[in-house]
Amino acid sequence: MIPASFAYHRAASADEALSLAAEHGEDAKFLAGGHSLLPLMKLRFAAPEVIIDIGRLSELSFITDEGSAIRIGALTRHHDVEHSELLAREIPLLAHAAGQVGDPQIRHRGTIGGSVAHGDPASDLPAVLLALDATFVARGRAGTREIPAGEFFRSLFETALEPGELLTEIVVPKPANGAAWSFQKFTKRAIDWAIVGVAVQDDRIGLINMGSVPLRAGRAEAALAAGEPVADAAAVAAEGTSPGSDIHASRAYREHLARVLVGRALEEARSRS
Amino acid sequence: MPSATDVSVELTVNGRSCRREVPARTLLVHFLREQLGLTGTHVGCDTTQCGACTVAMDGVAVKSCTVLAAQAGGHEITTIEGIGDEGKLHPVQHAFWAEHGLQCGYCTPGMVMAVRQIIADNPDPTDADVRRGLAGNICRCTGYQNIVAAALAAAAAMRES
Ligand SMILES: Cc1cc2nc3c(=O)[nH]c(=O)nc-3n(C[C@H](O)[C@H](O)[C@H](O)COP(=O)(O)OP(=O)(O)OC[C@H]3O[C@@H](n4cnc5c(N)ncnc54)[C@H](O)[C@@H]3O)c2cc1C
Ligand code: FES
Ligand code: FES
Repeated sequence: MIPASFAYHRAASADEALSLAAEHGEDAKFLAGGHSLLPLMKLRFAAPEVIIDIGRLSELSFITDEGSAIRIGALTRHHDVEHSELLAREIPLLAHAAGQVGDPQIRHRGTIGGSVAHGDPASDLPAVLLALDATFVARGRAGTREIPAGEFFRSLFETALEPGELLTEIVVPKPANGAAWSFQKFTKRAIDWAIVGVAVQDDRIGLINMGSVPLRAGRAEAALAAGEPVADAAAVAAEGTSPGSDIHASRAYREHLARVLVGRALEEARSRS
Repeated sequence: MPSATDVSVELTVNGRSCRREVPARTLLVHFLREQLGLTGTHVGCDTTQCGACTVAMDGVAVKSCTVLAAQAGGHEITTIEGIGDEGKLHPVQHAFWAEHGLQCGYCTPGMVMAVRQIIADNPDPTDADVRRGLAGNICRCTGYQNIVAAALAAAAAMRES
């Protein structure tokens, strides 16, 4: 399978990426690690006329401690998130979840920013970043803005990013109790996307593949806030979600998985803290 | 005249620099196989799942069916042809031979490149480390037992040398 033809530009800086995007408008796509976009292009589900390769913008590849938060450059690869000592110490949920994405080769190429910008509800890191209450920083021709994770994911493969806007970094506040985390990913085969996944940090719960966007389990979180026990919170974990049915699982089975996995995740997070 | 959808790709493969004008949509695996004649890197699934196309890019294992040749421009690529030769196999190649870590051999170049990565990350991997490190490589013949044995034997041999 070979992608449709396109013109290729490699951006040497974020500024150059933005001006190339402005020049080529709707015809252009950014290429980061390419591990979501190239498979789609090979299947001809995507056929951009212009590719702007941002994969080498080392200015956007970093993990830095800012005191109350950790800032992660959008071009930071999954492998580097997985192996960051800073993240392992302060935000172990994120380091662990990055190590569950795909396989080692995929983690050497795929980026955290690409995972977020792609807006796939089956991806692991968006739901993790929801549970971590992260903020996304985007840069466009008009300037820089910050978008809370809870307002970023709009619909299937659609995010708050404007055309030509570049996701530059992800700001993750250090959790109140870093140890109170759990990541439950239910898959059929070693390198698959989650059939359903759950990320818990403190009493915040992110859901993978339980609708057209990555979600928070709002009803279960409200139950915990009202002082209800874990089992009662888990029992309402699928309320307000709208998972699809596909060859892997029916909607009802996904709802069942969400209840079971949220229960396990909350128990594990509590036992760790 | 090159067209707007062509690119000039200059990269180092197995220590030798080379340069070709190719369509921008050329995948690294096809660049290696068709432009450079390095057919040891295989295409299995063509969907980033099987690992038969694994090569090292600046020393780390990647799936070359999901990298554009243009993305690899300026980088150093190592393929199965670049790690040993007929007279002197690389220790990982030798271990696959000695432990019978292959049957048809289709997955083997990718397996060898993935095992090199596992040992580079951790010179003394456990059975579980090897299996986790091979999560992205599929073999339809062996049942994996002898591949894992080969990886452990190669790691032991490389620690000794
Ligand atoms: C076989 C396979 C298995 C996988 N398994 C998993 C899994 O288990 N869990 C999981 O979460 N993911 C999985 N993935 C996806 C992988 O994590 C991707 O790397 C990731 O989703 C996208 O990151 P990327 O850097 O490769 O993005 P790209 O493919 O380069 O880009 C994806 C999209 O985001 C846009 N984009 C990228 N970066 C930016 C930016 N900085 N600003 C604005 N737009 C941007 C691109 O234009 C494109 O539309 C898998 C992929 C494969 C091929
Ligand atoms: S051919 Fe590249 S992973 Fe299968
Ligand atoms: S030896 Fe035949 S696919 Fe692995």
